[in-house]
Amino acid sequence: MAMTVHCDIVSAEEEIFSGLIEFVSVTGSLGDLGIYPGHAPLLTELKPGPVEMRKQGGEQDIFYVSGGFLEVQPSKVIILADTALHAADLDEAAALEAQKHAEQAMGDKQSEFEYGRAATQLAEAAAQIRTLQQIRKKLGK
Amino acid sequence: MAVGKEIKTQIASISSTRKITSAMEMVAASKMRKAQDRMHSSRPYARSIRGVIQHLSKSNPEYKHLYMQEREVKRVGYIVVATDRGLCGGLNGNAFKKTMLSMKEFNDKGVEIDVCALGSKAVSFFKTYGGNVVAAKTHLGDQPEVTDLIGAVKVMLDSFAEGKLDRLYVVANTFVNTMTQKPMVEQVLPLKTEDDEALLNHQWDYIYEPDAKELLNSLLTRYVESEVYQAVVENNACEQAARMLAMKSATDNAGDIIDELQMIYNKARQAAITQEISEIVSGAAAV
Repeated sequence: MAMTVHCDIVSAEEEIFSGLIEFVSVTGSLGDLGIYPGHAPLLTELKPGPVEMRKQGGEQDIFYVSGGFLEVQPSKVIILADTALHAADLDEAAALEAQKHAEQAMGDKQSEFEYGRAATQLAEAAAQIRTLQQIRKKLGK
Repeated sequence: MAVGKEIKTQIASISSTRKITSAMEMVAASKMRKAQDRMHSSRPYARSIRGVIQHLSKSNPEYKHLYMQEREVKRVGYIVVATDRGLCGGLNGNAFKKTMLSMKEFNDKGVEIDVCALGSKAVSFFKTYGGNVVAAKTHLGDQPEVTDLIGAVKVMLDSFAEGKLDRLYVVANTFVNTMTQKPMVEQVLPLKTEDDEALLNHQWDYIYEPDAKELLNSLLTRYVESEVYQAVVENNACEQAARMLAMKSATDNAGDIIDELQMIYNKARQAAITQEISEIVSGAAAV
């Protein structure tokens, strides 16, 4: 049997996942990270994006986080998400809508503040779409 | 018959008070259930982030963050969480008593104190008692959100970062069960280390991405926010539970008083009737 490590995904509102995994990949602030059991202790910030995991037994699962932190300990992986959703709950139409909305808002940037908010919205919407595309790819295979 | 008119009106007024208190009890009971759910669902995050912070304080970081350094105590900060509304028994009073005890220790040593008051009751308490309130936030409602607290917490964190505050405490009630709420004073900054055997004891450090300073800054800020948020959510559950209990005993007491008054009224009426009869009888005998 493949080696496993315990993984928790929690957001400020609730616990989203807790269990043994064989592998998990996240979007770190400096790029994508793949974590296997026995990874060196690591602490990093997360960007909006998908969290892809292979659970014990080989079952795949994808979550979406809108940012947060990742801690890796030899015996445990913790993802502290700002907000996390099970990826199946993501609504692609809503994501595309949000992206369009954000792009529009970026077009007529009235003030610095508006621009900053729109940029965050756009990044989040893009990350949601990326998550959905990944799911689709998985299902197509 | 004019007998006991005052008693009758008193009974009526207490009955209507009882109606109000029993309605409040039921409202508090249903709110408590929701508040408790919220408290339970936000607990895993608080627990996890506390775990991460514990690991962090055990590690041997290349960069010692300001929030992790013990300094000489010249000025301390208190974030006092209280309710927005009253009629919840001794909940706020107990928490304030505990706060004053803890503050007195510092006062005796000549340490100055800054207060961040969350909830109207905390604000009005420090207004009458006197205290250097540097930040306040009221009307958090039944569904407090992290974004509501960020501003007030930031004031305290900024003065900690500037070296104006050397310690930061959070005072709030913790929910033991529906019957018991316990006020607690907890130190948030600088981070306290607890012994945990499970962790490796030799020298080690994390790999930080992007770099330790930036990362620790946002992580520790998030940690304090989460601690305060958890305190507020928990205090909310306590408030509803305490109000439910207070209103229940008020309803019971109103019932007792009504029974007593009813008894007095009945006796007075009986006495009046007896007197009238004896007057008639003696009148008839005289004829």
